[in-house]
Amino acid sequence: MDVTASRMTDQIFPIVAVGDSAEAHERMHVRPLDRKTIGSPFVDNPRMMCRDVDVFYGDKQAINKVSIDVGQNQVLAMIGPSGCGKSTFLRCLNRMNDTVSSCRVQGEISLDGIDIYHSSVDVVPLRARVGMVFQKPNPFPKSIYDNVAYGPRIHGLTRDKNELDEIVHTSLIKAGLWEEVKDRLREPGTGLSGGQQQRLCIARAIAVGPEVILMDEPCSALDPIATAKVEELIAELRTQFSIVIVTHAMQQASRVSQRTAYFHLGDLIEVGPTEKIFTNPGHKLTEDYITGRFG
Amino acid sequence: MEHHFTFHHELEKLNKKLLTMSAMVEERVRTAAQIIETKDQEVMQALIRSDYEVDDLEIEIEEDCLKILALHQPVAKDLRFLITVIKINGEMEKIANTAVNIVKRVQNISKFKHAGAISYDFSKMSEKAVLMLKKCIDALVGGDATLARSLFVDDDEVDAMKDLCYEDIKVRIRNDPEHPGYHINTFLLGRHLERIADRAVNIASEVIYLVEGTITRVH
Repeated sequence: MDVTASRMTDQIFPIVAVGDSAEAHERMHVRPLDRKTIGSPFVDNPRMMCRDVDVFYGDKQAINKVSIDVGQNQVLAMIGPSGCGKSTFLRCLNRMNDTVSSCRVQGEISLDGIDIYHSSVDVVPLRARVGMVFQKPNPFPKSIYDNVAYGPRIHGLTRDKNELDEIVHTSLIKAGLWEEVKDRLREPGTGLSGGQQQRLCIARAIAVGPEVILMDEPCSALDPIATAKVEELIAELRTQFSIVIVTHAMQQASRVSQRTAYFHLGDLIEVGPTEKIFTNPGHKLTEDYITGRFG
Repeated sequence: MEHHFTFHHELEKLNKKLLTMSAMVEERVRTAAQIIETKDQEVMQALIRSDYEVDDLEIEIEEDCLKILALHQPVAKDLRFLITVIKINGEMEKIANTAVNIVKRVQNISKFKHAGAISYDFSKMSEKAVLMLKKCIDALVGGDATLARSLFVDDDEVDAMKDLCYEDIKVRIRNDPEHPGYHINTFLLGRHLERIADRAVNIASEVIYLVEGTITRVH
């Protein structure tokens, strides 16, 4: 054991446990000097384009010069530690941040080439084209049918009851909920289980014919079985829509998305194909986060 | 944070076990290389008898890897590390088997009682194979992809030595046709050494994957 014996104390690679090094702490809390996004933030033929997006809450800057594309028919997962700005950024994509008075958005965000922050853009139809599903299922205190029919009604998408029935039917089918609720469409949506309520909210978003669906932690309030159903649904919905999902569950990001974006303290650190990010990320911060070395 | 502490603790333990495995296997190959020269019966028996130690450790390491994969779903460099350990663990076990095969081959050759034969000199070839194994383990420990790549060149040298051995043995068989078994077994010793070098190259390829995340193969 002459030569090898001396190697026995060595490490094959350094294993740093969570929070046990000052260096890890610094990486976690200090913004990197080089804030250029690495990887592949842009795609051919994007559905949405974001360029140099800054977001401020009052004086505090929450998002710094983020540029990224949302591809057609693909799921983009946004991950990062709490407070990194991923939800803030998601809410910029359909101007949900307009409802926060102290929030200011700079830069350019376009949907099919049209600047969604242009003064001529009406946010109501915009939010139909870029739908949103929230962390906690939030069905209206109405029947299952009316929950889905609500959007098409207020947007005037149908001429008669038959057309509305058809939209409710297809939306519930697309959301994978039809078989479970077809005999109780007049019962309150709030009476469904958590997973069913979330799929009802997805059906509600689908009913107005969106191009992009934003999902903010859509499964964090669901059990594993309901989560699996929503994830299967996301995979199916991708064939028709572009999806942007914010998730804290890293395995969920790796299961459902084709591209993953890592945010850190308001910077977009890295974007790449999901399999690349989860097998060989290019940035140390991304690697430290997804391997649980901080976060 | 308990989860992470346990996870990283598990990785550290696995890390140490793989190093133990590497040290055991390197030692066995050194011993086997010496046996080709010394033909020491006691050392031969000891090496064959203790092969189960490597087999047991190989199973233990594989079980640890499967457990960590199932319980922690590692990603990025942790995932690459786990995959690398699984593959290197297998290579190490097969190298240890080859060391045993060398010993058995030496025993076979002794049985021919071909006193007049001049032993083929495997010293350079076995020295090179041992060196390659040492280098691939050093590359693994140091996370050194450049050192790992240097094994690809070394492997060509060992292949050339095996080819030389083949040509030499052909001549010996021609000149000494009464003892073909003796000469064929002698050639197979060279073949075993060449396989050890090949497996060291496989390990080096895994080290490159661990460090750089790119899959490398040398044919």
